[in-house]
Amino acid sequence: MTALLELEEVTLRFGGVTAVDKVSFSVEEGEVFALVGPNGAGKSTLFNLVSRFYDPAEGDIRFRGESILKRAPHEIARLGIARTFQNIELFEQATVLQNLLVGRQRHRRGNLVSEMLFTPFVRAEERRHREAVEKVIDFLDLQAHREQYIAGLPYGVRKVVELGRALAIEPTLLLLDEPASGLSVEETQDVAFWIEDIKTQMGITVLMVEHDMHLVASVCDRVLALADGKMLALGTPREVQGHPRVIEAYIGAHGRSKVMA
Amino acid sequence: MRTVFKTSYDADINLFRHRAQAGWYALLALLAVLLPWLVNVFWLGEATNMLIWAIAGMGLMVLVGQTGQASLGHAAFLAVGCYANVLYQQKLGLPFILSFPLGGLTAALAGVLVAIPTARLHGLYLAIATLAISILVDDLIVLSAPLTNGVQGLYAPPISIFGLTIDRYGNPYLFYWVVLVVAVLVVLLYRNILRTPLGRAFAAVRDSEVSAKAMGVNVAKAKAVSFGISAGITGLAGALMGHFAGIFNNETFNLLISIQLLLMIVIGGLGSIHGAFFGAIVVAILPQAIALARDAVTGALGVSSIAIPGLETAIFGAILIVFILFEPAGIYGRWVKIRTYFELFPFYRRDMFRRQRSYLRTERMR
Repeated sequence: MTALLELEEVTLRFGGVTAVDKVSFSVEEGEVFALVGPNGAGKSTLFNLVSRFYDPAEGDIRFRGESILKRAPHEIARLGIARTFQNIELFEQATVLQNLLVGRQRHRRGNLVSEMLFTPFVRAEERRHREAVEKVIDFLDLQAHREQYIAGLPYGVRKVVELGRALAIEPTLLLLDEPASGLSVEETQDVAFWIEDIKTQMGITVLMVEHDMHLVASVCDRVLALADGKMLALGTPREVQGHPRVIEAYIGAHGRSKVMA
Repeated sequence: MRTVFKTSYDADINLFRHRAQAGWYALLALLAVLLPWLVNVFWLGEATNMLIWAIAGMGLMVLVGQTGQASLGHAAFLAVGCYANVLYQQKLGLPFILSFPLGGLTAALAGVLVAIPTARLHGLYLAIATLAISILVDDLIVLSAPLTNGVQGLYAPPISIFGLTIDRYGNPYLFYWVVLVVAVLVVLLYRNILRTPLGRAFAAVRDSEVSAKAMGVNVAKAKAVSFGISAGITGLAGALMGHFAGIFNNETFNLLISIQLLLMIVIGGLGSIHGAFFGAIVVAILPQAIALARDAVTGALGVSSIAIPGLETAIFGAILIVFILFEPAGIYGRWVKIRTYFELFPFYRRDMFRRQRSYLRTERMR
């Protein structure tokens, strides 16, 4: 096992607030790694740091041993890091198919002139992109929604489309920001199966933020608990769930005796 | 209702969805080619004017409808295209066949130059910045009088293609066909942009910049390319406008033209090629319709003809307000609704095209 993504002493401040405080961890190739913690713990902020939407004040973020801090946000997808958003960020005025095809930007090989003239090469490329996207559609059972506009889709389907768009990138590392939030029990179960398949069949490493501890326990290999931007505990889901500092962060120090008992 | 059975990915890549659709457009193309025999010279001139506006509309549509960037300064690119085309002919002695695409290219370059400093601006701020550029170009034309002849303006020479002289007044049908060919080529170019990663990158920037970045779209570059293509197409329209008008100066491309262009594509329907054409029909027909209506009114009342200054602009504004209130999707949006009604008859539902409120989106990171 080698480390795919490494964070080293990463710190981010918004004015006087330290949103992320000296966080270090590494995600191994092929594992499912979860970030958990109460609201405002800095989980999504960590995602935005890896996506290069924010610049850390201190520390280093490395992907495959190479620092990504010199990279622009749009280069992150090209490195093979895909992500979803907590508050769904789909392209509303486009169909599901078009949304998934946007994920193929990383694999764009035609240039401006050939695309404007729609040369046979560009047509062949379009077929190739479509084939890759169809695989994702099959995987996520999105066939029925292929031609529908996002603006008219229910929340649950949008969540799946966002996952699909990230998969269309064909990433090495997939960042999922609360993949199960707002989903029904059945839909959450689907997500659990998909994450399992993404890991075992596609060989994609997953880093996710999730509040549903049931989901975390069933799919994740390792968990990092955060609170107020600081690291609390790192280990298997069971270890972290039982960690006294984690229990304290969630339900307060007084709850400890009751839970332990 | 027609059910299309798709048997290959090409069914979604091709320009037409099915044979019948291709047939209808072929019929429209035939009608357009045969127009000089169907209408008189006056209405042929109006049709030419409409097509030129449609080309300009498509130029602006790439930027506003496809990429979601507002521009209130597109008259500037009309001017750049127009002046560049004529100056290349007059000062460098280039033939129209070279000066025309070069004029478009010059406008495209101007568009990219505008996009670089304005890449970080959004919505209203971008509109104001482009507005300033429109005014700036107006002033620049006056200031560089040795080249542009200032407020006195320039004469556009008759177009000469391979020894064939094309003059708007001498042989209007030839001029009409030249404009028609350019319009068709621009439509093809536009369609190609829509069905490639380039067009999808534009749509991504329009709908969510954050997400576009996460998908690997270089947002600043996409905006610059969009500005370039948009300004280039608008420049071509400007060059044709110059030849159509015969004489032009800085006033030909004033601020009102920019605004009219933007209103035109909103009325036509944002985000569609059809919208540019529908809008252009409104712009081209409106002055004639007003004139006809005025004649009818004065004739009926038995009074001498009166001209009301600013009437055209006022009516145009009123039409815009009506559209924004009752049909924000424009004429094309209404057309799609009517078509769907008949296609699905009797299953059309009233709220079929109602947009759902979008869910909470992260506005914090732009």
